[in-house]
Amino acid sequence: MTRALTPSNLREALSLLGEDPGLVPMAGCTDLMVTDPVERVELPAVLDLTRVRELRGIRRGKEALEIGATTTFSEIGSSADVEELFPALARAARVIGGWQIQNRATLGGNIANASPAGDSLPVLLVLDATLVAASTNGERRIPYTEFHVGYRRTALEPSELIDRVSLPIPVPGSVQAFRKVGTREAQAISKVVVAMLGRVEEGKLADYRLAAGSVAPTPVRLAEVEDSIRGRSVGEETASLAGSLARAAVKPIDDVRSTATYRAFALERVVRRLTLQLI
Amino acid sequence: MARLLDVLRERLELTGTKEGCGEGECGACTVLLEGRPVLSCLVPLVQCAEREIQTVEGLADSVPSFFEQFVATGGVQCGACTPGIVVTAAALLVESPKPTRDEVQKALAGNLCRCTGYEGIIRALIEEAGR
Repeated sequence: MTRALTPSNLREALSLLGEDPGLVPMAGCTDLMVTDPVERVELPAVLDLTRVRELRGIRRGKEALEIGATTTFSEIGSSADVEELFPALARAARVIGGWQIQNRATLGGNIANASPAGDSLPVLLVLDATLVAASTNGERRIPYTEFHVGYRRTALEPSELIDRVSLPIPVPGSVQAFRKVGTREAQAISKVVVAMLGRVEEGKLADYRLAAGSVAPTPVRLAEVEDSIRGRSVGEETASLAGSLARAAVKPIDDVRSTATYRAFALERVVRRLTLQLI
Repeated sequence: MARLLDVLRERLELTGTKEGCGEGECGACTVLLEGRPVLSCLVPLVQCAEREIQTVEGLADSVPSFFEQFVATGGVQCGACTPGIVVTAAALLVESPKPTRDEVQKALAGNLCRCTGYEGIIRALIEEAGR
């Protein structure tokens, strides 16, 4: 039988995890409870974070917006601050699962589960997010681009919890875009998911950031594509180039949800279309 | 970990809540947790202490006209998805008392129905809201 610990504040949660780093932190459980029932029985002990108030909520500061790890996608998708500052994140939040899933699934859970298909993850990558991890030793700030270190492996230590995500407020004039390609609009695990942020100054791309999911073992920021595209004039030609460079930059796989060929094809089209939105 | 779904059905004998896929895809096991629709197959019981759970049985008293509408429009065929849809719909009508067709479709996107083609269900909801 699984032992469940239910701390009521962050200090207690961190100290329980510090004593037993084998505890499995849980919140919305929309990934955890889907794992093989046999595995579930074998979980020796879990740490329920849903009663830890400090981990939940959205706080807007002067330079950054901070989202607590156990904030649900329903909360993110209906936040006026998120909609205003990070429309790509708001859009992603509204297409993760269906309503029931969004009411439970959390941003921190999406990050910790570290699926290459996690829909919010490419968005965090293009927003230059910083992940704040907490342990009994204090806080540690991890640039989100350094967080996913391999297939389902992250930079989080066993004694650490994800506390919050800090999103720097974008320069005015930045345009964000998000597109998920799945079997249907709701309740689909992505075949390809793309996030982009761009800013045009005098007809040229002063800023261009691109990230994708379901095309590599981890969600990826396509830095080499960005470097080739930044500084170019906005338009059809640049958008097409961005698409073909993105396609060449990834090595997707065949699996139950899609094929490598389709993923590469869809990535190219989606990147081209999103980049055209900058005109 | 014990699932809320199993405790409802097997220990409390509240069998109105159905198990469909058991992995969060179909919406048949939808219940309200603190007023919000969630999938009871994905809720570990340990998270339910001192939290309010409402099942379709609890809605039978408060919104009987609902059930009549579903029958009248042909929104019920085999019935496996119906309890989950009724629960989700009840939550939608609290949030948006006069929902648009688009809102209804978005709210029900996580409730699969393989019989009705959804049309009767959507009409039932829009008509229920029109009363």
